[in-house]
Amino acid sequence: MSGHNQLAHRIIGPRVYVAILFALLVGTALTVWASFIDLGVWNPVIALAIATTKAVLVVLYFMHVRYSTKLTMLTVGAGVFMFLTLISLTLADYISRAWGNW
Amino acid sequence: MPDNTAIAHGAPEPAHQEHPPYLRHHFNSVEQQADAAGFGMWVFLVQEVMFFGGLFTAYLVYRNWYYPAFVAGSHQLNVYWGTLNTLVLIVSSFTMAMGLWCAETRRKNGLVLYLTLTFLLGLGFLGIKSIEYGEKIEKHHVPGFHYRLQSFVDPQSEREVFKEYHDKPLAPDMARHTELYFSLYFLMTGMHALHMVVGIGVLGFMILRARAGAYTSGHSTFVLNFGLYWHFIDIVWIYLFALLYLISRHQ
Amino acid sequence: MSATIVSLPDQSTARIPRVNYLTKENGILSWLLTGDHKRIAILYLISITFFFFIGGALAGLIRLELLTPQADLMATDTYNKVFTMHGVIMIFFFLVPSVPATLGNFLIPMMIGAKDLALPKINLLSWYLYMAGGILAIYTMATGGVDTGWTFTTPLSTHYVNTNVVTTGLAAFIAGFSSILTGLNFIVTIHKMRAPGMTWFRLPLFVWAHYAASILMVLATPVVAISMILIILERTLGIGIFDPTKGGDPLLFQHLFWFYSHPAVYIMILPGMGVISETISTFSRKRVFGYTAVAFSSVAIAVFGFFVWAHHMFIMGISNYAVLVFSLLTMLVAVPSAIKIFNWTFTLYKGSITFETPLLYTFGFMGLFTIGGLTGVFLGTSGTDIHLTETYFIVAHFHFVMVGGMLMAFLAGIHFWWPKITGRMYPEKLSQLAAVVTFIGFVFTFFPQFILGVLGMPRRYASYPPEFQVLNVFSTAGATILGVGYLLPVLYLVWSLKYGAIAGDNPWRATGLEWQTQSPPLTENFAVMPVMDHEAYDYEWLEAQQEKRRKEVASAG
Repeated sequence: MSGHNQLAHRIIGPRVYVAILFALLVGTALTVWASFIDLGVWNPVIALAIATTKAVLVVLYFMHVRYSTKLTMLTVGAGVFMFLTLISLTLADYISRAWGNW
Repeated sequence: MPDNTAIAHGAPEPAHQEHPPYLRHHFNSVEQQADAAGFGMWVFLVQEVMFFGGLFTAYLVYRNWYYPAFVAGSHQLNVYWGTLNTLVLIVSSFTMAMGLWCAETRRKNGLVLYLTLTFLLGLGFLGIKSIEYGEKIEKHHVPGFHYRLQSFVDPQSEREVFKEYHDKPLAPDMARHTELYFSLYFLMTGMHALHMVVGIGVLGFMILRARAGAYTSGHSTFVLNFGLYWHFIDIVWIYLFALLYLISRHQ
Repeated sequence: MSATIVSLPDQSTARIPRVNYLTKENGILSWLLTGDHKRIAILYLISITFFFFIGGALAGLIRLELLTPQADLMATDTYNKVFTMHGVIMIFFFLVPSVPATLGNFLIPMMIGAKDLALPKINLLSWYLYMAGGILAIYTMATGGVDTGWTFTTPLSTHYVNTNVVTTGLAAFIAGFSSILTGLNFIVTIHKMRAPGMTWFRLPLFVWAHYAASILMVLATPVVAISMILIILERTLGIGIFDPTKGGDPLLFQHLFWFYSHPAVYIMILPGMGVISETISTFSRKRVFGYTAVAFSSVAIAVFGFFVWAHHMFIMGISNYAVLVFSLLTMLVAVPSAIKIFNWTFTLYKGSITFETPLLYTFGFMGLFTIGGLTGVFLGTSGTDIHLTETYFIVAHFHFVMVGGMLMAFLAGIHFWWPKITGRMYPEKLSQLAAVVTFIGFVFTFFPQFILGVLGMPRRYASYPPEFQVLNVFSTAGATILGVGYLLPVLYLVWSLKYGAIAGDNPWRATGLEWQTQSPPLTENFAVMPVMDHEAYDYEWLEAQQEKRRKEVASAG
């Protein structure tokens, strides 16, 4: 049976939100700045890393996943996992086409 | 939730003093209803992730194949508008989160203020997007509508972009692949904008209800769950910005 | 010992309960605007039966054409449209919603001890989306149809045909969202609305099966939705995403399409497997052998089912390394299905078996699904697949699992729960006959197609070399028998609504919370919300309940 519901009981206050806002703004500045520098193959890696960090902050704090049930975390995880599966297995086909016939 | 102990027969009756009007009859308690609604929103968002996933897959495949075309296409996007839009959405996520806090702490005026700010920021985002789309239409960079390759085979014909990036001309077939870049650009940002429109619509509804005190009398689940949706749209944009706007802006 | 376990109340005094979900409210609006999961299930039952018979009529046309080697009954273009619409309607508008939207909707809240699904309005929306998609599909057929095959392979569908690809894609898109919402509803319900004491491992395996199928519905369907949008935009605007002349890759569509369409086959079969678990247990009076294994294998099928989609693309141009990887992963996904077949068989072993109609359909399922599943392994082996793909072997394989498997399970479920849904029994002898006729018709229709496939007859062709005619004639003859087998239930089930024996609460003496309440059920399912204090398939508990009731009657008298 259900009943336990952490979300309704834990109220996250403005201090946390302001801190996260600040972090997100810094991240945005950082990623734009980095895109103007030639870092070769690291450019997309850094851009995605910063984007993922920002996304994780939004998920954990704005969306309260940090304070939520295991079920919520599992659900988010399942979504991310399936998303990555779609991308990686499809790309694996495309990338390995260039490898020729054995 | 799982309960292995045997319980005496007869289900617990819902306590009659807490049978508020918003408790639906198939639920046993307000907690169960809020729990179910929240979980339902999460499952919905997970399906949205997969919906955008197909587009991200297409993007990664073609970026891998046609990198020079993607670079050239990306240079046609105004990084300043894009950055501004990113900031707008991030702040709107903040105002949405603050709105939730106001709802949870029963600050009605604060809630209305933050919802209104979120609403306006959302409109601002769409406004900037329409300016950008307008630019693309002018330059004939809309796939399927007299798409022109001139900017890519002859970059010097586009003064402002050339001044910033000094792009080399692309070979004709690689130039043709820029149409794929713009297809993905319009698809991904368009799908995102569609979700924004729905969100803004719901926000409008919420502002009216918030003014009537619907969310500040102990039942703020709607705000919480809508917030999840709004933050999700923000996250999608964070990735779109990184992938579409920031492909190699160095000279 | 009686020859049958059926335990009906005394027909001279039995009455259908006056207050039930069917009589609670009257009028068309009380149906069209209902939130009651049971009424929505009935709405779905009527609509999917309707679409089934349209798809079946199209199948009849296919088999008629294939009686002769020449394309003489209809133009080849028309034939292409017929088999395409047959596939689209059968898959999107019959198989995917069949068990979940009818039996799942009706039973899941009852099986877990809840009053309704978590989101009743979403449930109703789901049905309206399904109807919208279905009506659009019929409109498509009426205005010229589509001839690309249900798989919409690019670039044929985007650049080379002049048929209604856009409307069909849209119909599939809308139906997809119906499916997503149903799955979403089930997941939330099963997690959040179980009765006190109803732990995960006390759930009926029917619920586990639907849970696994719902995960697939929610995570896979959006990808086919986006692939439909891309097809539509490619056709209308020429965005280039699947167009080789603009640098696009037609195979990208197939990756996105099959990413859903392979899990889709598990969306279709898992709920059917859930039905089988229930009928096998009830008609052998035994707990399902290896409950935990069956439960986990449902989830395993769902998870592994996500990793194998490119086995539909072995010959399409994916890399050899991808072929290798996907072929190996396909071997994995066969294992959980096999585990279930073994467990069901062990359930039967030393059980008290009686041969009511649901069990006849169940036996049909077990035999035919096993054959279909095994042939799936032949197809998953890339070496043999190169020879067998795009032949009638594939057609036979998927009809064995979908029709011999899923449709038999659906019929088993409809018969099994018919007394609960309507309060009436169907005529047993006639239904047993129909089950046998269906089985015979099925084998005659589809077994020859395995042989045709190995001999090399290609699929999706209106004409074929004359040496294949004999087997094709067999197949068409079988299809006629099969048609009779499917028509009979419609007739006698409708008949039973007025003239069937009154079923009472629990005519099968089954465990499961849905059987511990009146037939047809109350709108709120239970007069007193149940508390689960026993394991699933606990026949001793059931005996004790019935002893208690007998003692009460005796002492009251």
